[in-house]
Amino acid sequence: MAVLNEEQEMLRDMAREWATHESPVAAFRKVRASGDPKAYDEGAWSAMAEMGWAGVIIPEEHGGSDFGWLSAGLVVEELGKTLTASPLVATTIAASAIILGGSDEQKAKYLPGLASGEAIGTLAVDEGGRHDPAKISTSVSGGKITGTKRFVHEAHAATMFIVAATDGLYVVEAGDGVSISDRKLADQRSHADVTFDGAAAHKLERGGDSLLEDVLDRARILTACEMLGMAQAVFDTTLDYLKQRVQFNQVLATFQALQHRMADLFGDLAMMRSAVEGGLQALDAGFAVPRAAAMAKAEANRVLHTMSREGVQLHGGIGMTDEYDVGFYLKRARVLEASWGSTAFLKDRFATIGGY
Amino acid sequence: MATQPDLAAKSETDAFREEVRAFLAENFPEELKGKGNPMAGVESAMRESDAQKAWREAMGARGWGTPTWPKEYGGGGLSRKQAAILNEEMARAGAYNPIGGMGVMMFGPTLLEYGNEEQKKEHIPPICRGEIRWCQGYSEPNAGSDLANLQTTAEDKGDHYLVNGQKTWTSGGQWADKCFCLVRTDRSDKHKGISFLLIDMDTPGVEVRPIQMISGMSPFCETFFTDVKVPKENLVGEEGQGWTIGKRLLQHERTNLSGGGSTARGMGVSLSNIAKKYAETDENGELVDKVLRDRIADFEIRWGAFLLTARRATEESKAQGGVSEISSVLKKLGTKLGQERSEMLIEIMGLQGLGWEGDGFTDAELSGVRGWLFGKATTIYGGSTEIQNNIIAKRVLGMLDHQ
Repeated sequence: MAVLNEEQEMLRDMAREWATHESPVAAFRKVRASGDPKAYDEGAWSAMAEMGWAGVIIPEEHGGSDFGWLSAGLVVEELGKTLTASPLVATTIAASAIILGGSDEQKAKYLPGLASGEAIGTLAVDEGGRHDPAKISTSVSGGKITGTKRFVHEAHAATMFIVAATDGLYVVEAGDGVSISDRKLADQRSHADVTFDGAAAHKLERGGDSLLEDVLDRARILTACEMLGMAQAVFDTTLDYLKQRVQFNQVLATFQALQHRMADLFGDLAMMRSAVEGGLQALDAGFAVPRAAAMAKAEANRVLHTMSREGVQLHGGIGMTDEYDVGFYLKRARVLEASWGSTAFLKDRFATIGGY
Repeated sequence: MATQPDLAAKSETDAFREEVRAFLAENFPEELKGKGNPMAGVESAMRESDAQKAWREAMGARGWGTPTWPKEYGGGGLSRKQAAILNEEMARAGAYNPIGGMGVMMFGPTLLEYGNEEQKKEHIPPICRGEIRWCQGYSEPNAGSDLANLQTTAEDKGDHYLVNGQKTWTSGGQWADKCFCLVRTDRSDKHKGISFLLIDMDTPGVEVRPIQMISGMSPFCETFFTDVKVPKENLVGEEGQGWTIGKRLLQHERTNLSGGGSTARGMGVSLSNIAKKYAETDENGELVDKVLRDRIADFEIRWGAFLLTARRATEESKAQGGVSEISSVLKKLGTKLGQERSEMLIEIMGLQGLGWEGDGFTDAELSGVRGWLFGKATTIYGGSTEIQNNIIAKRVLGMLDHQ
């Protein structure tokens, strides 16, 4: 764990406290059972917004607290531990696009709503199942946008979309010319294809040529934070289980074959945490972000992938039941691994950034 | 906005930086620039050049080779911040720390914690000056991973101990002046029968035989003790406290062996730059072999994450004070990655990366091969990876019997 200041420790403790008591995995089970396509609890989201979590990276003049990315990451990690379903990650990424690329008017118009949680934003880039920001055909002509984005996170509740078009990023508000079609994924959260058919689009003019990649790097790092929380939770849950389960008149934790596998996972988890925190620190320092982002999510993908598989295996048969939580992490893990860059995509990007 | 105390601290820092620069300008020999000396504090001082000797003496006199150790015992007495400035300025000047070896990395910190006043006064200053080389008498033919099974005995003879037995894998034993040794003072208890004893290597009855390794080098020795008389005052701590003291020393060793310590921070040129030299690249400078490119990226990402982990462990241990069981995690990760890098180098260079000797190979190529073979030791010594896994599982994760 990075060395935190007092403000960050308080924020983390508050998030941990809230997630543990108000939003355990049981809360996600309720959301799932309700069948609501937006797949989160509105009361929970209001509570989160009230605690200021939607505005952590947003400047104070626009209603946020401007605590920075490390702080935002701490909250997201804690919520990831309990699989808290909310549009927090999507909204924070959308806000970062406006902070980087928006005009003063756009910032004044959109950021206060995002900071208070009344507005919900999400990033819509990919037009296929595989992340590929080079393959975009959505286009804007005369201020009207046309195209379809696939598997958009938190699309059902979104009041505004940050949309990648052939010539840059645009803000598109939900409403006329925007239609949503459900894409139920294994994680049973909100995903949908979003079709833009002549909706009004407002370009984010600032931020330069790298705006899309800069926003994607933020998406990669913040998503990696959620994955870090998940990996930590799977590890802790599995360790607890191994300490309780008795076979051959022995608790499983005393078997060396299992001890060494847990030691391996513990080492992996340490590397993942370092890479993810390194990404957040790069964002706060504004230094070498693309490399740090590729490293953060590549490590998050690698470690959470292994952790979620081992978690199920080490639980044995009950790990495959819906009654146990570990399977929920497995399903959410794969969705996040594929979002904003698979391991192969990120390694290619890392090599390109490194000039080889 | 900087407040007054900030400004005062800043000018103090600047003044120290100036002091370091002036010292380096005056004392660091130009001919040693960028060279380093990985064998400093290990190999015999007889092999030193005049310039190396002068540089060691200059640093030793200041105590800056052991910058954070207490001044009263010959250390630099610097704060961590000052030590960091010293490191930065040395790196800038292409200078290296000429004070090293096991005395600095392991024995010194342990003696400062457990030794009595006389022992500290006798042994710490020569380590700070780089005059005395220490070796480690831990492993025995039948006490490797099961170190506590050691059988070398120290028999109480009133005013001295009589030591008999054999140690092995004694790194640098052929050059060492003294040995910190785990010996058995009591046969009735495996762990509590172990004591921590300091032995002069030129005492009659001590014999050292180098072992030739697959790398062609002989960095390790067998050390035989036959009726070796050791004064009683050379016992560190109490009789029977050796296992506790010995384990503490191993934590220092692991932190250094992981590569997360000061020893191998840079690891030289990146794999990708080496690959661009040996393998075909396209017009953009990208490696044509995409599978190799992917494997290099995969390694460099994990290596980067490891370096961040080592840095994080340092920051955390600063907050908590001293080395900890996290050293087992660092050792396990760092040594595995180091070996992986050596194997990747060969894959990148092909047969050109397997040269044993001759003019057809560069020095870097030849040392890469020896390093690859020597590096096999890293996951075996200092507690093998399997032992680290046991430590992590039992001590850190609490995977014990009594639950």
